[in-house]
Amino acid sequence: MTQTVSRPDGASSPAERRPLPLDVEAIRADFPILTRTVRDGKRLVYLDSGATSQKPRQVLDAERWFYENVNAAPHRGAHQLAEEATGAYEAARATIGGFIGAPEREIVFTRNTTEAINLVAYALSNAATAKEEEFRTYAVGQGDEIVVTEMEHHANLVPWQQLCERTGATLRWLGLTDDGRLDLSDLATVVNERTKLVAVTQQSNILGTINPLGEIVARAHEVGALVLVDGAQSVPHQPVDVAELGADFLVFSGHKMLGPTGVGVLWGRYDVLDKLPPFLTGGSMIEVVRMEGSTFAAPPQRFEAGVPMSAQVIGLAAAVEYLQALGMDAVEAHELAITGYALEKLAEIPGVTVIGPPDTVARGGAVSFTVEGIHPHDVGQVLDDRGIAVRVGHHCAWPVVRRYGVPATTRATFYVHTGYDDVDALVDGIRAAQKFFGTV
Amino acid sequence: MQLENMYQEIILDHYKNPHGRGLREPFEAEVHHVNPTCGDEVTLRLHVEYDAAGDPVVSDVSYEGMGCSISQASVSAMYDLVLGKTVPQALAAGEHFMTLMQAKGDPAVAEKLEDELEDAVAFAGVSKYPARIKCALMSWMALKDASVRALSANHPTAPTGGPA
Repeated sequence: MTQTVSRPDGASSPAERRPLPLDVEAIRADFPILTRTVRDGKRLVYLDSGATSQKPRQVLDAERWFYENVNAAPHRGAHQLAEEATGAYEAARATIGGFIGAPEREIVFTRNTTEAINLVAYALSNAATAKEEEFRTYAVGQGDEIVVTEMEHHANLVPWQQLCERTGATLRWLGLTDDGRLDLSDLATVVNERTKLVAVTQQSNILGTINPLGEIVARAHEVGALVLVDGAQSVPHQPVDVAELGADFLVFSGHKMLGPTGVGVLWGRYDVLDKLPPFLTGGSMIEVVRMEGSTFAAPPQRFEAGVPMSAQVIGLAAAVEYLQALGMDAVEAHELAITGYALEKLAEIPGVTVIGPPDTVARGGAVSFTVEGIHPHDVGQVLDDRGIAVRVGHHCAWPVVRRYGVPATTRATFYVHTGYDDVDALVDGIRAAQKFFGTV
Repeated sequence: MQLENMYQEIILDHYKNPHGRGLREPFEAEVHHVNPTCGDEVTLRLHVEYDAAGDPVVSDVSYEGMGCSISQASVSAMYDLVLGKTVPQALAAGEHFMTLMQAKGDPAVAEKLEDELEDAVAFAGVSKYPARIKCALMSWMALKDASVRALSANHPTAPTGGPA
């Protein structure tokens, strides 16, 4: 349905409600939690998928299926259940790898994105003292540099600060422009022959910006540096193919892409993974263990110590299949339509300022904003009172809010079940907050 | 509607017209507290003088900060409540406020504490929202911290504790 509204400047904004690529009502029916009400019987308007996504019944059923039918520790035991659990676990690895165009042996399961990044950071410092010469290939030490950006989530910043503290390496970073993009003007000097690794997000969790990774990857590889891409906010929302990406590592979390909590993914180029020492050590990551010392299994097992999160991995594979059935191109187009609509609607509210790119060019569906005269906590409280769940605060990206001179923001994030009605509820809620606090 | 229950008129008044705001001299202790989940912060100075009986009295609390209406109104109401009280009395008020914040919205608790907390009893509604309790408590935590420092600064023999 096409609707025309008038803007404050008198111009009309045409055709905001373009037909959506996804059938929102049919998708909502798959999410049991969306049928509950909150705050005295109000419909739940969930605009916090960027923090964690809700789970469709198919994912919950897959986890239950695992526990009810094949539960056993994968890669241990020779009984039938152990065989079937191992089969299901490894089949899930293939499914999840296929989602990003990667072979199974390049997929390492971690607890979440944060742990995947720490795995790489600790492998790089462990490399310095590894007794196997091969494992010292990517060692980081004094005189080396690690490059991040000012846009990173704390998960892709603090582990690198810590790596530098452990090894004596230096942390450098690419800054931001006023319109919420990476400032690449000094890329050639910040990324130089001393750079060992560049860690950069594909899609900002607070600004929504989609970064031009091609240029960064090309420069990093020109100087022989590794590239780690934080895909926590991109893999759930847009098609991502590791061959196209050209990076060395890609990390993402299951819980942000309709999957369970407690499972994340580290993808790494096999020849790089193969030269990295382990992070966590213990059962199932070994080759031979003697009292005097041990040798380690090949990737990905080298990086999966202990009994893995099998049911969660099976659940994540079901989430991947759910997304594949919708089609990631459609998911991306759906969110783009919603984001464009939200940006237009927010621009119509006096006192509301979007922190991040103002249009949908190279932009995902994380929309952060401030409301003049009302602290984000108070905006969030009024929205919550109306059943609308958003995130408020610094979104684990404190340097970003500091860069834009605000103490915090309110952030709405969208997903496959988001419809225009959710955005309308948000806009009405912001206007209600302005009325309640008397700022208009 | 639940909103008015939490944002009592008294709270909104303190938020819009804060009492005692600004950093002043003299002071014996200055502390800086942040709420790491949201980035809110307060800088608080405490000036203590001793009365005829030798008891430490809160003669000024001055502060600067940024944060939500709850955190800003809370420090303003605290200023009114503790000014002129002895430090132990001020800390006791802080304990009462903590009790109020743990009441999960129970009106009986608020009623019992009305005399002790004055305007600050209006924050009872906040205790129903776990995520906002820290906002209301931040300034009280800062005052407690500053008291320990101010007393150890004034009285080298006074018992010390808490963060140095």
